[in-house]
Amino acid sequence: MNRIVVGAHYGLKDWLAQRITAVVMAAYTLIVLAAVMGGATSSQEAWRAFMSHGLIRFFTFLFIVSLCYHAWVGVRDIWMDYIKPTGIRLFLHALTLLALIGYAGWAIQIIWRL
Amino acid sequence: MQQLTKPRPKFLALNQIRQPLAAIASILHRLSGAGLFLMLPLLIWLLQLSLATSTEDMTTFKAVKDCLAVRLILLGLVWAFLHHFCMGIRLLFIDMHIGVEKQASHTSAKAVFGISLTLTLIFGLKLLGVY
Repeated sequence: MNRIVVGAHYGLKDWLAQRITAVVMAAYTLIVLAAVMGGATSSQEAWRAFMSHGLIRFFTFLFIVSLCYHAWVGVRDIWMDYIKPTGIRLFLHALTLLALIGYAGWAIQIIWRL
Repeated sequence: MQQLTKPRPKFLALNQIRQPLAAIASILHRLSGAGLFLMLPLLIWLLQLSLATSTEDMTTFKAVKDCLAVRLILLGLVWAFLHHFCMGIRLLFIDMHIGVEKQASHTSAKAVFGISLTLTLIFGLKLLGVY
């Protein structure tokens, strides 16, 4: 059978996820920017209080997950465009994915410990 | 498979092609994204230190954020974030078929550079403690 590796869904799902995660991150950026202008970083106590607020923690969590998914698609596209040998590409894909999963765990742990 | 389009001439000496502004903005979108990805550990570490309660971590945070090298890296990352942000919004509009025409695309690419560089200057001066 003649398989086409880049079949249906595969590309569209990631293309769409790339956009949705981008919108989530853009919205979060504006929220944090507004908070900073409103004095959320005026002191360390204010910053801790802001970041540990339930709703903000929820949005920060969404931001972290969005960032990692977004970065995965973007960095994977870079490897796909420039790295031709399958072995090296597979290695870089795995490395990227593992790093991002680790970063997500680390970042979530920081906000959940507050 | 039957060829659907006519074969086109290829000229890929990138250094000899005068790139339109939108193309430069596009490659910088990729470059800034890669830079942000590579510096993620630094950013998460800074987030951790900024929220820390132990005096040891607070001292480390103060030392790290006062370090000129760190500030310069952060300045670069501020630019990378702003460029990636502005260019990303431009791309979202293009996905919705808004601003696809040559002139509109050139104008929006100019806007991306104008806005992201101006904001980099504003945030950068703040970061370097000028005001």
